[in-house]
Amino acid sequence: MPIYDALIAPFTEFEFMRRALAAVIALALGGAPIGVFLMLRRMSLVGDAMAHAILPGAAIGFMVSGLNLFAMTTGGLIAGFTVAILAGVVARSTGLKEDASLATFYLASLALGVTIVSVKGTNIDLLHVLFGNILAMDDATLLVIAANATVTLLVLAVIYRPLVIESVDPVFLRTVSRAGAPSHLAFLALVVLNLVNGFQALGTLLAVGLMVLPAGIARFWSRDITGMICIAVVSALVSGYAGLVLSYQTRVPSGPAIILVCAALYAGSVLFGSVGGLVRQMFPGRHLEA
Amino acid sequence: MRLRDVTLGYDRHPAVHHLSGEIAPGALLAVVGPNGAGKSTLFRGIAGILKPLAGSIETGGLDIRDIAYLPQTVDIDRSFPISVYDFVGTGLWRKVGFFGGMGKGARDKIAPALAAVGLNGFENRAIGTLSGGQMQRMLFARVLLQDARLIVLDEPFNAIDAKTSADLVALVRRWHAEKRTVMAALHDMDLVRANFPETLLLARGPVAWGLTADVLNAENLAEARRMCEAFDDAAAACVVDDLPSRAA
Repeated sequence: MPIYDALIAPFTEFEFMRRALAAVIALALGGAPIGVFLMLRRMSLVGDAMAHAILPGAAIGFMVSGLNLFAMTTGGLIAGFTVAILAGVVARSTGLKEDASLATFYLASLALGVTIVSVKGTNIDLLHVLFGNILAMDDATLLVIAANATVTLLVLAVIYRPLVIESVDPVFLRTVSRAGAPSHLAFLALVVLNLVNGFQALGTLLAVGLMVLPAGIARFWSRDITGMICIAVVSALVSGYAGLVLSYQTRVPSGPAIILVCAALYAGSVLFGSVGGLVRQMFPGRHLEA
Repeated sequence: MRLRDVTLGYDRHPAVHHLSGEIAPGALLAVVGPNGAGKSTLFRGIAGILKPLAGSIETGGLDIRDIAYLPQTVDIDRSFPISVYDFVGTGLWRKVGFFGGMGKGARDKIAPALAAVGLNGFENRAIGTLSGGQMQRMLFARVLLQDARLIVLDEPFNAIDAKTSADLVALVRRWHAEKRTVMAALHDMDLVRANFPETLLLARGPVAWGLTADVLNAENLAEARRMCEAFDDAAAACVVDDLPSRAA
């Protein structure tokens, strides 16, 4: 059966494919909802910048204890928060705009990270950190990824309401509750957590991909935030699975394969999406009576 | 609520200067004055968003959650994918908080609030599809659900048609009848005279405060316009604070 051979057999035959699939499922479940909030809060590029900013921390963790995701996560969280806080402090105390300030810090941070990896590690390490390798999951790494995804969903459940209210009407939240700032900080922590998660599978450069692209896809299919989150998760799952199959069959590296599938879905959504898709706009049908 | 020699402003430049007075529980107070008189600044101070530069605002036991504040320019992201029903439901935050159920109990509150502002049938519409007047009706519905003891409305009837503002004024009167304290910044003097027993005429400082009929005379209004002088970058530090005689 050719379909079975193409779509299922890689996972039944090879353990590394099963592990990769498990990792991708965890990444999709945790990352996609975060991506939806990044998009709705107009922070998609902030997520991208943060992905670069956490590199030195993850690199130091990597140097200290090798490919240990726990050490890399801790290092990444520290580096991510340091950059976010420093950028915020500089922006607030000098009048430099926050985006310019963040750009400076993340570039410096990225340069520092690449320096650390290339001075202390090998070229293979550098490639690994930049592009990830989802096909080399050990038990410990898999557990950390799953744990991070679980923490993400639990924390998101706690801060969901203030986060939504703050996104729609920040002044209102300020007048009824003091939960705004803590929720925003917790959300930033979740962004960093999921970026570090994406590191191992997709590398620094693409880590944000499984967060931002599914959110973009969802925007074209739903007008409602719950619907968006569901669609984003499903499209991340589909991209992860299809990307792994594509990578297995064609020898395209797995990380880029996953993101390319995701990008293809995105292109299809831009064209055919039911909410503001291009085709829909070109052929809107006759206008209604009321 | 008591204002004690309050000065509010931005970056050391006062927008409201040395305002003292008392707002009795259940009062229905109009705040009038030219553009730039400091009405919005005063409301931001009362809502607890802006700290006074000097003096103090005593809220008389009101927590910030007992105050419903409707700002003049609402900073709402209209493209956010949220329905009218859910948006109005955020007014229940004080009751439901992070995890409280939004089931039947909430529905029984949200539906009448939407009906009260004439938005039945809009429950599932995205907020981005509302017109300006419908938006204002929706915001009033949220204020209704907040069930606040002090309601602060900053120019709530701007760019609103006559029918909508009449409906919303009726809500204000209902709040007054329910013994809630309501303050509203307004420009329509006829509306103030017809509906608001008490008026504060503001022009970067108090011009007059009292019964509407006494406050809104030609002399006071001219004085208010005169007092709204421009922001002066080179202004000297205010010394009034140091003079004990002014404190009353």
